[in-house]
Amino acid sequence: MARVKTENNKKVQITWKEMKKQSFLMIISFFMVVYGIIFYYWPLTGWLMAFQNYKPKKGLLGSKFVGLDKFKFLFEDAVFIKVIRNTFAMGVINLVTTTIMAVLFAIILNEVRRAWIKKPIQTISYLPHFLSWIVVTGILHVSLSPTGIVNDVLMRMGVIKQAINFFAHPKYFWWIVAFANCWKETGFNAIIYFAAITGIDPSLYEAASIDGADRLQKIRYITLPGIKPTFLILLLINVGNVLNAGFEVQYLLGNGLVQSVSQTIDIYVLKWGISQNDYSLGTAAGLFKSAVSILLIFIANAIAKRYSEERLF
Amino acid sequence: MDTKEYKVSKPISDKIFGIFVVVFLALFVAITLYPVINTVALSFNDGIDAVRGGIYLWPRKFSMKNYRTVFAMQNIWTGAKVTVGRTVLATLTSLFANALLAFVVSRKRFLFKSQLSLFWVITMYVNGGMIPVFLLYKNLGLTGTFHVYWVPGMISAFNMLVMRTYMEGIPESLEESAQLDGAGYFTIFKDIISPLCKPVYATVALFIAVWQWNSWFDAMLYNRMKTEYTTLQYELMKLLSSVMQQSGSAENAKNGAATITPITIRAAVTVATMLPIVCLYPFLQRYFVTGLTIGGVKE
Repeated sequence: MARVKTENNKKVQITWKEMKKQSFLMIISFFMVVYGIIFYYWPLTGWLMAFQNYKPKKGLLGSKFVGLDKFKFLFEDAVFIKVIRNTFAMGVINLVTTTIMAVLFAIILNEVRRAWIKKPIQTISYLPHFLSWIVVTGILHVSLSPTGIVNDVLMRMGVIKQAINFFAHPKYFWWIVAFANCWKETGFNAIIYFAAITGIDPSLYEAASIDGADRLQKIRYITLPGIKPTFLILLLINVGNVLNAGFEVQYLLGNGLVQSVSQTIDIYVLKWGISQNDYSLGTAAGLFKSAVSILLIFIANAIAKRYSEERLF
Repeated sequence: MDTKEYKVSKPISDKIFGIFVVVFLALFVAITLYPVINTVALSFNDGIDAVRGGIYLWPRKFSMKNYRTVFAMQNIWTGAKVTVGRTVLATLTSLFANALLAFVVSRKRFLFKSQLSLFWVITMYVNGGMIPVFLLYKNLGLTGTFHVYWVPGMISAFNMLVMRTYMEGIPESLEESAQLDGAGYFTIFKDIISPLCKPVYATVALFIAVWQWNSWFDAMLYNRMKTEYTTLQYELMKLLSSVMQQSGSAENAKNGAATITPITIRAAVTVATMLPIVCLYPFLQRYFVTGLTIGGVKE
């Protein structure tokens, strides 16, 4: 991604001989492009539906165009405005909390010198990544239920007097989703940061020790600057994904009581598009999401370009 | 990074920090492992006894009944068969297709390599969205079939890029000397590049397999009416959602959410679906860690 176009060091002469030699590559490319057009590019024509009153019987060409009517409906729908807010809020909260946890975990684990402690902790930390969201949300439901372990511990510590039904109050929902994401991905996300820390020149730490720096100072002045490029690149990639950050968790954890804070754009699309068969409205909501995502990527890229040498493209 | 030899005595701040490290990691391990162990404990506990609560790390009244009940469920067996089938088939086909594509775009002399790369990178950022994709699969006759699980997602730009980065690190001279010996590109792919790419192949295969194993949404969206193509995770979801009371989705009303499955049975199904992957991933750790750091950092 960092470089889409790689500079050709050697200029390849376009000759028949070269073409013939590369015929295998060309044939494969041809099939790959055909596959890509069918499964990735052809659905883009479906965006037209957002500007139509799409009827499956009439098809994409026969359906009536209604201009921006569907978008007007969306933005006049109070539910959709809330849905946008929820998607953004959860996307940002997830991005911030998961990043902080991954960096924190990588740095702290790196402070452990003994391999027989470090290795097992690492292996354990990857475990939740391999569980499905079904399993994770199921486990979460048990743990956070009024009789679950969280209420149990909180009551024993005297933090609360009565068990809380966490899933019945909208104020907890975003943070439950954030916790679920952190629980599942911290260890796995930390892999890249851990690699970045390992790549830091050890002599820097030695020099700092001679100068009398303590461990916190070494983290502050050596480790953190050392992982900054990785941090920025991942941030750039993830900013474009902020609106994608919510579907499975919210769908599986949401319920009628917290609907006002749990619904995301994708759930809205599913509800209108697939369940209610209003393909046009669903597509319009999806198109809005894609457009904002692409915009976010370009903005993030521009900001990164201005302040540092890291950028996506 | 060993700093011991330079130290005369540890400053007090380091000691406090050391305690923080220990506490943080202990909490981290406990929070990660407890829910999983608790689920396993529940799955081996007697169903009626479990209602009383208070089961933590070990079953109170040991019973195998939950597993006997689960293994007697027909839909679990169907789901298991479909899940194993799609995981094996999709991992093989998708690995091969992605590797071949990565091979093509990583050939430095290939005329269209940057165009082909860009063509796939774009798919990472722009997509038609749920509805157009749903309609496409419907028009292609993929919905309501097993093929919807492995045909559409066969190539993924992300996996391809991870492999491309790895292949670009292989010296070009290997390819050139093979060409002098008269080897064509397919031979180079099969006999020279692929054997060197085993670590990254293992990484990507693991990604695909985990993704396939854990999928449920496609089963719900495309094969809801076809019970013979249900997946293990989707069956688990139906069992669990009876308790989750998702009045938010119309889906569960249809699934007969009225019957509540005992918590121990749900635990047993959960353990059964996660067991294969949990047993496998520690052995593949080496591969996905190196694969991710090589492909991911440069990505």
